[in-house]
Amino acid sequence: MIHSFGFATPGLLLAAWLGAQGGRGVTLLWGGDAEGGAPFVEADPADASQVRGFDVEVAETIARGLGRHARFVQVQWSSIDQSVERGDFAIGLSGVEDTPARRAHHAVTVPYFSFREVLAVRSEDRGRFSGLATLRGRRVATLGGTMAYDLLLAARDSLDLIPVSYDDDVHPYADLVAGRVDAVLLDHIIAERALRRRAGTGFVIQPQAVAVGRYVGVLANPDSALRDSVDVVLRAAMRDGTLERIFRLWNVWDPSQGDLFRRVAGTALPEPTEAIARSASSVWAYLPSLGRAAAITALLSALSMAVAVVVGLVVASGRVYGPAPVRAVMTVYVEVVRGTPLLLQLFVLYYGLSGLVRLPAFLAAVLGLGLNYAAYEAEIYRAALEAVSRTQLEAARTLGFSEAQILRLVRGPQALRYALAPMTNDFVALLKDSSLVSVLTVVELTKQTAIYATNIGSWIVPGMLCAVVYLAMSLPLARLARGLERRWSAA
Amino acid sequence: MTALLAVHELRLTYEARDVLRALTVEVKRGEVVALMGLSGAGKTSALRAAAALQRFHAGRIVVDGFALEPGPVPPESRLRPLRRRVGLVFQGHALFEHLTALENVTLALTHVLRRRHEEADEAALQLLGSLGVGGRAGALPRQLSGGEAQRVAIARALAPDPALLLMDEPTAALDPARRGSLGRTLRRLAAGDGGREGRGLLIATHDTEFARAHADRVAVLADGVVVETGSAADVLDRPSHPATRALLADGDGPTAAQNSSS
Repeated sequence: MIHSFGFATPGLLLAAWLGAQGGRGVTLLWGGDAEGGAPFVEADPADASQVRGFDVEVAETIARGLGRHARFVQVQWSSIDQSVERGDFAIGLSGVEDTPARRAHHAVTVPYFSFREVLAVRSEDRGRFSGLATLRGRRVATLGGTMAYDLLLAARDSLDLIPVSYDDDVHPYADLVAGRVDAVLLDHIIAERALRRRAGTGFVIQPQAVAVGRYVGVLANPDSALRDSVDVVLRAAMRDGTLERIFRLWNVWDPSQGDLFRRVAGTALPEPTEAIARSASSVWAYLPSLGRAAAITALLSALSMAVAVVVGLVVASGRVYGPAPVRAVMTVYVEVVRGTPLLLQLFVLYYGLSGLVRLPAFLAAVLGLGLNYAAYEAEIYRAALEAVSRTQLEAARTLGFSEAQILRLVRGPQALRYALAPMTNDFVALLKDSSLVSVLTVVELTKQTAIYATNIGSWIVPGMLCAVVYLAMSLPLARLARGLERRWSAA
Repeated sequence: MTALLAVHELRLTYEARDVLRALTVEVKRGEVVALMGLSGAGKTSALRAAAALQRFHAGRIVVDGFALEPGPVPPESRLRPLRRRVGLVFQGHALFEHLTALENVTLALTHVLRRRHEEADEAALQLLGSLGVGGRAGALPRQLSGGEAQRVAIARALAPDPALLLMDEPTAALDPARRGSLGRTLRRLAAGDGGREGRGLLIATHDTEFARAHADRVAVLADGVVVETGSAADVLDRPSHPATRALLADGDGPTAAQNSSS
């Protein structure tokens, strides 16, 4: 299977390249995220190489109207804007929201679907949490980089609620039912889908919408001519009932779509969604949140390293001094942890074990990173302990020290010199790996940068700022490691 | 007078080879005994067995009343009485690399004998001074010359005041002048001074000149047994066994050894 995948990838790339090259006239490359699932875009259960969903059919309608053939390009939802500007595809369609920032930085089509931002709360909280104002001091989940997240950020300042950002739209509802958050704010299509998946139990959707938004297609900024053609096709599809047929087929039609169509097809562009218009272009506005995120990264890394050092010492001692069964257990720990992806471990720890123990996100992040790095630390310590020459240990034995004293007074201090430089290198690596914990809803430096980049529609300034902060933390550590190495190898 | 060290019929096998077949040797208090033999004769193995660093397979070792039996080395907790009685100076000194000369000497005093720090420092400085390295107390092992490091190593082994001192090739890193000075020091340690009781010294060496000058007795080791033993003068001036003659021919004094190996 791995073999066939490895073989297939170049073929796919070639096909995509050919499509992109020869396709201007015949093919319309469109980008979407099949991870977003039905009813937007999902892998076809009958043929996993194909996608289906209402956004798929909208894309096909647009392609047909342009006299082209639609071809799907998979892209991570949060990267659609960047990807379309890079030219990976001509148009992004996947529940893409109509926001001022998007309009400012990209060519955006007329809206083709109207959605409501709705609150989902646990059934027993139905009466308590009816709107954002009732959620003061509470944790409210959503998908990062969305209009809903912007709404929650605004509410953090005005209402003092706690926004919790996820990388996907499934786990917010799982965590709502599990009690980790008190509400979820997301598009009504997503909320209803989540409720169907749970067979209508566990939570309810509040009928009163928090806000209203619209889905649009997004094109690269210089592609406004193509955008205008797409708008013509979309307006025609609204008038001749094509879009209504698609939405009814996918069970997402409601009267508000008719209202939207009448306005769009009849008049010029409606005003973009009144999402909270943050002063998106100002770097200064983001510095406080980047600073906070950097502090979280630093704290998270320091605590995780502390866990890694303590657990690593225990594991290494077990491997060097323990009886055979202990050595076997420690070896299995080291090999399993080193042999599986950190991301998988984080998922298992946070989501997989949530039935047994419901760890807060930050604690899960510290434990996940710490226990993972403990395996690497253990190997460093084991190697360092074994690097202390036998004669040193024998000399200590002839003087009458106990084994524990030998470890504490002779072997440990000497091993520390061998271990310090590689430990420091590991700490630098951990600092950067800490960005992975954003999958557990911890907003650290990289995640905050991604949110910032999505907001302003560019990675250049946020990326550089983020890099500078990481370097400011890691370069002194790297210098320290080199210095220690020099000092102790000069013997 | 009973021996401080009595090795009887010691057999020691290493990697399916009999390194020692039936080694018998004794060291009395006040005596310097040179255990001699060519490289690979098993001198180091014999010292390591007597210091309970190495298992042996038959025979018996008694150190000042403490008996070691054939089989695996007992755990350190059972070896406490032995550790107090025997000191070992390793070839290449094996000083603790992360500690100063002074700390190397005081470590056992404070952590094994539970002396107070000031008391341990005072005793260690006195010991280092008597060995002529009092001025190097603050130096790390890597900052010491070969001769200095060896003297610090002797001080470290002597700190717990063992009755028996084992030394492995103590002259290997020393120039001729330093050998003479080391020899006089060892004589002094064996004889006892300032009201201190004398010690027994067993010195593994192939340096015949050093043995002739400073040892009371010589035991020549070949093929895993002592082939010739007696006073240094008797054995080395009138060798009766081919192994002794080979030893004398191989390295009649350090200068000859250096010349022949270069």
